[in-house]
Amino acid sequence: MGKLFAVVLTIITVVSTAIFATRVWWLPTDISLHGPRIDHQLVETMVSCGVLFVVSQLSLAAFAWRYGDRRDGRPVKAFPGGATPMVVMAVVLVGAEILALTFVGAKLWAGIYQTPPDPNSLAIDVQAEQFAFYFRYPGPDGKPGATHPELMNEATENYFGLDPAHDTTARDDIVVPTLTIPVNRPILLTLRAKDVNHAFYVPELRIQQDFVPGLAIPLHFTAVQTGKFEIVCTQLCGLGHYNMRAYVEVMPQDRFDEWLKEKVAQQ
Amino acid sequence: MRTHFIAVLATTLVTGGLVRPAPPRAAGTISGKVTYTGTPPKMKPIDMAKEPNCATAHAAAPVLTENVVPGPGNSLRWVVVYISAGDQGSTAGTGTIRLDQKGCQYIPHVLVLQPNQPLDIYNDDPHSHNIHPLAKLNPEWNRSQPAGAPPIHTKWELAEFIPVKCNIHPWMHSWQVVLTTSHYAVTAEDGTFSLSGLPPGKYTVTAWQEQFGTQSQDVTISGTETKAVDLVFKATPY
Amino acid sequence: MSHAPVLEHAPPRGFLRTHVFSVDHKVIGKQYLDLALVAVCTGMVLSWLMRLHLAWPTLSIPGLEKLSPNGAAGGVITPEYYLSLMTMHGTIMVFFVLTTAPFAGFGNYFLPIQVGAEDMAFPRINMASFWVTLVAFLVLISSFFVHDGPALSGWTAYAPLSAVGKDAGPGQGAGQTLWAVSIAIFCVAQLLGALNFIATTLDLRTRGMSLARMPFSTWAWFITAVIGLIAFAVLMPACILLILDRVAGTSFFIPAGLVISDRLQPHAGGSPLLWQHLFWFFGHPEVYIAILPGFGIISHILPVFARKPLLGPRAMIGCLIAIAFLSYTVWGHHMFLSGMNPFSATLFSVPTLIITIPATIVTLLWIGTIYGAKLRFTTPALFCLGFVSVFVSGGISGFFLAQPSTDVYLHGTYFVVAHFHFVMGVAAMFGIFAGTYFWFPKMFGRLMNETLGKWHFWLTFIGVYCVFMPMHYLGLAGNVRRYSAFTDDYLKPLIPLHQFITVAALFTGAAQLIFLFNLLRSRFRGPKAPANPWEATTLEWSTTSPPPFDNFGGHPPVVQRGPNEYGVKGAAGDYVMQAAP
Repeated sequence: MGKLFAVVLTIITVVSTAIFATRVWWLPTDISLHGPRIDHQLVETMVSCGVLFVVSQLSLAAFAWRYGDRRDGRPVKAFPGGATPMVVMAVVLVGAEILALTFVGAKLWAGIYQTPPDPNSLAIDVQAEQFAFYFRYPGPDGKPGATHPELMNEATENYFGLDPAHDTTARDDIVVPTLTIPVNRPILLTLRAKDVNHAFYVPELRIQQDFVPGLAIPLHFTAVQTGKFEIVCTQLCGLGHYNMRAYVEVMPQDRFDEWLKEKVAQQ
Repeated sequence: MRTHFIAVLATTLVTGGLVRPAPPRAAGTISGKVTYTGTPPKMKPIDMAKEPNCATAHAAAPVLTENVVPGPGNSLRWVVVYISAGDQGSTAGTGTIRLDQKGCQYIPHVLVLQPNQPLDIYNDDPHSHNIHPLAKLNPEWNRSQPAGAPPIHTKWELAEFIPVKCNIHPWMHSWQVVLTTSHYAVTAEDGTFSLSGLPPGKYTVTAWQEQFGTQSQDVTISGTETKAVDLVFKATPY
Repeated sequence: MSHAPVLEHAPPRGFLRTHVFSVDHKVIGKQYLDLALVAVCTGMVLSWLMRLHLAWPTLSIPGLEKLSPNGAAGGVITPEYYLSLMTMHGTIMVFFVLTTAPFAGFGNYFLPIQVGAEDMAFPRINMASFWVTLVAFLVLISSFFVHDGPALSGWTAYAPLSAVGKDAGPGQGAGQTLWAVSIAIFCVAQLLGALNFIATTLDLRTRGMSLARMPFSTWAWFITAVIGLIAFAVLMPACILLILDRVAGTSFFIPAGLVISDRLQPHAGGSPLLWQHLFWFFGHPEVYIAILPGFGIISHILPVFARKPLLGPRAMIGCLIAIAFLSYTVWGHHMFLSGMNPFSATLFSVPTLIITIPATIVTLLWIGTIYGAKLRFTTPALFCLGFVSVFVSGGISGFFLAQPSTDVYLHGTYFVVAHFHFVMGVAAMFGIFAGTYFWFPKMFGRLMNETLGKWHFWLTFIGVYCVFMPMHYLGLAGNVRRYSAFTDDYLKPLIPLHQFITVAALFTGAAQLIFLFNLLRSRFRGPKAPANPWEATTLEWSTTSPPPFDNFGGHPPVVQRGPNEYGVKGAAGDYVMQAAP
């Protein structure tokens, strides 16, 4: 029975580790400026955790194999050194790993979430609602119009509650369901929620942030590759949560300028 | 003896419907056109990017917002014209009314039905929709209809103008108008309407447009004439 | 020391007093375990419905329409009903299985016996705590039958989705209020129970039973009770505030200006993050409440079947205490991306990572105990070994989630689902299984069938790895959790893996029927069990199987030594019992 346990556990360990190591399922290609460092941190963690995983499981398996009661009357053997080597090993090795990961990770995290955005950023408002994302560009006047919750009207596509009748800055605001951005340009999103908690997640951009009703949360990144990717909601927001998705289209700066001109003309 | 037999025969035939009784009282018609003055809001193309099935379905001809649908000659579509006072000769609503969800649109944009008239709601799309009638007088309800699910059979008991939204697709909006009168019409593209079968009397005919509110006019029908009534809304761009 | 019987209370009389409204901690313990059994069957069925829907979304499930004509018209689960099933699954499993069975169930039964007492310190309060728990369960289940369906905001019930009421959609009507009421009632029961555990451990230990000589399971229950006292004392007011927001027009968690279902919500001044802080301040200690009894049970059982003492008994106790203490400092790791100050994320991640140190130590102590052992591979022993393996698997994924920089990518994905299912849904369950197989003979005076037990173990051990290991891969691919369907472009290629998981889950679920069958059959037809079938040292094995109503027949034991005397050279039978002279 002990040998069976050892064999089964070894197979489980080898198979699951192999799938991780060979990246059968893995992160999609990173398209963000800060992404490579996140991927690096992830891989570092995976390697050290992988070692810990394999060593623990295989030790368990080996001991289960070896230390069955063979009814031969032999005495039990204490672990050499008793508990002290265990405690010391755990504190030192795990402690060192924690220190290393924290030191690097904290800097990486601060670089994304605790540094101010580039002053040259393209600023876009994002509104999350049950169950869609809408993006607002300020239009040629460079000023986004004021939003009024009591004026929000989905039937007329006034998702942001703009008041173009009385607010001239609102008249040229461009509201679209797809986040269209130029490549290699810092983007500053301001996240606002209309109703409940939502989240903004683009796996390829290695970025994620909750929307909190009542708060305006900044999020900035730079996309370094063109293409069309999905933004999905990761904070349970109601029945349509699974279908709350928008596309982000990253395009060359000149195509973006054209797109913007088209949108302005449609206003 | 024979007179008695003829009386019984006549009664039987009349009640059996084989002999038509004398024709009903004279019935007139109110017809006309709903138009607007001023500038209506622009009808904007709806970007259905988040639901690719629908985005591709409308790629060639995008769906436009339907809150104000102007037509030729400043006409207005989707206006409900009905007898709001002095109603006579109304019949109960029979026949099932149908609402479809197709291409991420409610079809029709405005439907009219009468209290307790059966309403069937179909999902013709390959993905879920959610139907949320925002009723205030009637009981409000909110449920999803996955692709391939059976139609939802429902009805309303009280007269009310009920906006309907789909939670999953925010641009989907429609109206279910529950009227006690059977004298109603929904204007087509050309804004025309016709209410017939109106016995002589004094009526108020009302036009309701979801954004501009109502316009009413009093009309008197004396016999079988057709009274022309034009109802005009003041349109604003915002 | 007088050997005359010391009777604190007379034996109960009558069927109701003996079996239903009993103040005997043993009956109460079994009642808790029975409740947990009903709950786990319910929770497991809910998980099958969820997994079936994820793998085959258009599947029509016969009979489901009867339960919810709106939620599952034609037997097809709607998006809202999926989320309701998910919410109920999580709530039932976390509260009514993982907090109930290992702690309230086994703890109630065995803590008094293991410390040599006749009963808990407050037997009537103990009875009340069970019945209040049952009421909480019934209130929760009643939400299946309300018009708008059960709550759908997850077991975490984030505001404002959970706070605004019906406007937020189906599942947010009466169902959500019932959820909050049920949990608030549950908190009351837990507080009562915790008081009993603590008072009993501190005041009713028999002669010679110093704290240092207490079995590891007793230590774990005692520490769990202390954690619970503080944690549930925070959850209860949080639920009350939530109920007030829903029914009394307050705005603790709801800010101004929210437009839901086209309606401007009549609230202002509240903070959604406040709910998250309150909930997770409870929620993180809660997961330790779920697992610490398992640590205690494994530490208690492993030496019995290894025939050697647990390695590092004092280190083990120290680690349990350290984990309990640290558990209060880490709650923000559930909130790295929540919108709270990002600097707090770094602050919270430090103790979160530090907790891995005592967790690693205890794992190494278990593995070190097996070194040089003379393992008897009984079913409880297998579940102990399995526990170590799955706890390692689950704990390690924690490293990724403990760091904000990697959590950026993994938060809200199936990686998280894999992590908490391994540590809670599997490891804690293995602790419950180990405890059941181990203590069944003592509780019912009959032995469970070993062959069935081993089949149960093997199918479950392999099955859970097939169900939950692939979820890590899904998470790495960015598969978002709490989705009722996978319609996004990048998720569609992952559906075959979901189908594999579903099939594995159904098989593993079916394997539990072996356990259920074994449990029920052995209860009535199992072979009679001796007092100490496993040759264990602790006080429960020095009394009859099952124990008499006052546990020791009027002769409270006098303890001479600790619980760890296994592999003792020269002793008759290689072990010395705690109360042996």
